[in-house]
Amino acid sequence: MKYLDEYRDEKIARGIVAELGRRATRPWVLMEICGGQTHTLMRYGIDEMLPAGIELIHGPGCPVCVTSLETIDKAVEIASRPGVTLISFGDMLRVPGSRSDLFRVKASGGDVRIVYSPTEALKFARANPDRRVVFFAVGFETTAPANAMAVWQAKREGLKNFSMLASHVLVPPAIRALMSSSRNRVQGFIGPGHVCTVMGYREYEDLVREFGVPIVVGGFEPLDLLEAILMLVVQLEEGRAKVENQYVRSVTYEGNLLARKVLAEVFEVCDRKWRGIGSIHESGLSLRKEYAEFDADRIFGTEGVTAQEPPECISAEVLQGLKKPTDCLAFGTRCTPENPLGAPMVSSEGACAAYYRYRRHGVALTQIH
Amino acid sequence: MCLAIPGKIVSSKMENGIRIGRVQFGGIARETCLDFVPEAAVGDYVIVHVGFAISRVDREEAERSYQVLEAMGLLQGELDSDLENSQRDK
Repeated sequence: MKYLDEYRDEKIARGIVAELGRRATRPWVLMEICGGQTHTLMRYGIDEMLPAGIELIHGPGCPVCVTSLETIDKAVEIASRPGVTLISFGDMLRVPGSRSDLFRVKASGGDVRIVYSPTEALKFARANPDRRVVFFAVGFETTAPANAMAVWQAKREGLKNFSMLASHVLVPPAIRALMSSSRNRVQGFIGPGHVCTVMGYREYEDLVREFGVPIVVGGFEPLDLLEAILMLVVQLEEGRAKVENQYVRSVTYEGNLLARKVLAEVFEVCDRKWRGIGSIHESGLSLRKEYAEFDADRIFGTEGVTAQEPPECISAEVLQGLKKPTDCLAFGTRCTPENPLGAPMVSSEGACAAYYRYRRHGVALTQIH
Repeated sequence: MCLAIPGKIVSSKMENGIRIGRVQFGGIARETCLDFVPEAAVGDYVIVHVGFAISRVDREEAERSYQVLEAMGLLQGELDSDLENSQRDK
């Protein structure tokens, strides 16, 4: 348990692992949905300390990773226009599009800026009325209320130089798509703690009923994840399937009603294409028609942009939990965080970046160490 | 970008009809919208995602989570911004 040595609750963690060893009588395949959870698992080596047979596979919960190539191409196209300031979260800049990425647009003179919050983009738009300010809004349900609030405020203030390229995605339809796939191996899910902080977990009860798969909403610390894994294994061993909430200190059944209200006011459910996975029915959020004047896709006429994903990158299989990042021939050689072939190597929440960063560098880097 | 970080509300004010707080994350403070957590007051700890507090948590839990995130080296990337200068309080 070398990684856990750094963690002060090591004793409790060892206790949970021992209990898992007593409870697990057969192999189980579990998936953590959220990329933040993937990082904790890798950082603390949790997947390697589990009893033999309990396998964790990594889900599609990295918003940067699943943003479609078309959407990246649209952002690149819009950012290259004169008079435009394109603003986004830092992770989006290195995500490769078909021909370029936002970082290169910035390097060649485009005005591309990083913010930590959409409200900063709004502030910039107010202060710079001569710029056409476009906020590139990606994210799951955790992020959608914040982005919704920015648009809601822009409309209320009558801001004319602010718009949004919105590409939000939703977790429950992705779980439904994974469970419906003939190649599915997942028997239990660790639910996304911060998505559920906003949305609650009512929707997850429908998934449990539909597929008979247990879901435990989990937090992001090592003990949270170990506890969530134990709760899943106990359910599976007892033949039960229900939604349980491990992350009670942040998640309630109904979620954050104020955040959900703003989200529903500004966005509506739409079909969405996921990078590497394809289109998933009713799995995204787009601006309601009452907010069409803030839709950058419409304003800049980029609706028709299409793109083909690069053949070498296996991110499709990685995002569906069918392959591990290290199964990729390009991993750590032709694909690194500095020169990524696919998005999961870019984002701080991407599975490939997590493997690269924490230990599974492959032969070349092991020799250097 | 999808991480949510616990921090302490050190001040709050109304700005354009929105309740905005200054939230301290270790050595960095950031403006944070508090409209989704009307129950949170100055001195309380909140979980913040992209500049919006999404839930209130107790102090001990907040500090522990913060240490874990810091140990993982994930904080700086989350708080990066070209537009807001980081304010380092010593």
